[in-house]
Amino acid sequence: MTTYSSGTPVAAVRLSSARRTAVDRAGDPILRGLTWLASAVAIVLFVALVYKVCDLAGESFSHYGLSFIGRETWNPNPSTKTYGFGAADFLFGTAVTSFFALLIAAPTSVAIALFLTELAPRRARRPVATLVELLAAIPSVVLGLWGLIVLAPIMSSTIEPALHAVLGWIPLFSGTPSSVGILTGVVILTIMTVPIVSAVMHELFGTVPGELKEAALALGATRWEMVRMVMLPYARSGMVGAVILGLGRALGEAIAVALVVGNADAIHTSLFEPGSTLASHIAAEYQGATTSLQISSLAYLAVILLALSVIANLIARLIARRAPLRLGAGVGGPE
Amino acid sequence: MSPPAPTATLAGRLMGDVRLRRRRALNRTMETVATLAAVAAVVVLAVVFVSVVIKGIGAINLDFLIHSEVPFGQSGGGIANAIVGTIVLVALASAMAIPVGILVGLHASEFARPRTAAAVRFALDLLNGVPTIVTGIFVFGLLVVGHTQSGYAGAFALAIVMLPIVARAAQEVLSLVPATVREGALALGATRWRAVVRVVLPTASSGLITGALLAVARAAGETAPLLFTSSILTTTGVSTNPGQTLVSIPLRIYQLAEGTSPSEHSEAWAAALLLILAVLAINVVARALYGRTRARMAAMQ
Repeated sequence: MTTYSSGTPVAAVRLSSARRTAVDRAGDPILRGLTWLASAVAIVLFVALVYKVCDLAGESFSHYGLSFIGRETWNPNPSTKTYGFGAADFLFGTAVTSFFALLIAAPTSVAIALFLTELAPRRARRPVATLVELLAAIPSVVLGLWGLIVLAPIMSSTIEPALHAVLGWIPLFSGTPSSVGILTGVVILTIMTVPIVSAVMHELFGTVPGELKEAALALGATRWEMVRMVMLPYARSGMVGAVILGLGRALGEAIAVALVVGNADAIHTSLFEPGSTLASHIAAEYQGATTSLQISSLAYLAVILLALSVIANLIARLIARRAPLRLGAGVGGPE
Repeated sequence: MSPPAPTATLAGRLMGDVRLRRRRALNRTMETVATLAAVAAVVVLAVVFVSVVIKGIGAINLDFLIHSEVPFGQSGGGIANAIVGTIVLVALASAMAIPVGILVGLHASEFARPRTAAAVRFALDLLNGVPTIVTGIFVFGLLVVGHTQSGYAGAFALAIVMLPIVARAAQEVLSLVPATVREGALALGATRWRAVVRVVLPTASSGLITGALLAVARAAGETAPLLFTSSILTTTGVSTNPGQTLVSIPLRIYQLAEGTSPSEHSEAWAAALLLILAVLAINVVARALYGRTRARMAAMQ
């Protein structure tokens, strides 16, 4: 800690206590101050972020007010008559892609989490859980590239024709199959949300008391009956929280979706058609913004997106506070 | 099954059998579904990884790694400038986010009252939930409007993405440091800050490194925060000057993927291979370290 050049032990002790008064007394308040400052930075950053994004959207907000949300135009060419901006197309795209992605991801995640807690051989648990989580570590741009070049052609040649043949009578699956489009975006978002949702659910199922499960099994329930009658009811509210957390992720994904969703500002009933989400549209226009109203309108889209994801996060956390789980920022997995 | 009651008829017993068989069949079906779901997730990971490797490996060679991109229409060119740009951006972002993040963690574990700590944790969770494209818009408004895009702005945006990851990991791992270890240091006469620097931080070190590594891996793969902050290139050569815009590997992949020519796509795959290898490697190391910390903490308690 401290090196002494000379002197008797007593002198050394004296020296060290003298140093303590000088340095160490200052050290405590300094460290306390620094850590306090760092925490303040975290809070201020969030507040500043909300303020600044709203501030940027000011011009568009004073121009359109709340009617921006319902406007279906996005025409950035100021010399045309229909020049103007609105969020409706992208809100629709965001709602549809996120809804269907979660519709697939939620049951899949429950199944994966059940496999990991109940079925997997003890030795396989860790590796499989890690692999599923690594899926979340793939950079979104890489997943987007894969979606665009590998998945999209398969969608148009195989998956969408098959869906159309079987379910074509539902308007969602009418129309001509296409490579990029809403459905391709849904698949990519599903791939991105499953690891997050299933990791939280895995943790959640781990908290179900063993006695309850054993009691059900001892009464003659099959494993599935035990899951349905004991585990799922016990974990229900936490599962809702996990799905909403996944929703927050799906809403905000920009790059991967921008690459596969087709980037059309239009509302179609068919999932095969191209569309756009709030996030993907902002990403797609990063070089094309020319007028200040257009930039401000992009910020307006960002405000809506921010509001949606903050609300999703708040709800997830409110539920989580009552449910036995932590929705941490995520270091490693459960166990 | 329980032994048949004396009154049970043959039909009744058979029905019981049928019901049991049905329950067992349902159970088997559900077990199969769950297993298939897990298999599917692993298969998707494998398919994505293998396609990136297969498509990327052919386009990676020394020229690709040591040359910068060339103007549109010319053949050849590489991603040297994007590699260097990514390293500079992520290093700068780490220099901002990691110290602050660890201090936030220390605040919660050493100084803050539970309520304050909860408020900070809440802010971090909200910050973590902000879509990264919105973070990009924020930094655009804060640092780019009225100035120009720059590596500093891009790194700042990445730092905002990293901060909640580092800080939440630090909070979590520092709270695992046994109180006895801390009290031992204080009882030996150490002041608070010495106890922190010489005992608490070293005890938690591998967990802190885990958080930092996960954040680095995340930042290295992020595109969205850079779109509005460091995407309009001023030079195409290798640059380490964050005062100018710096191109990064994810951004380059995004631009190449949006292109239409096969050569652009093969460059995109090669860049994607580099990126995915780096990111997965960092993740694997981070997870291994985290396992060690947990084991160590458990042994201390």
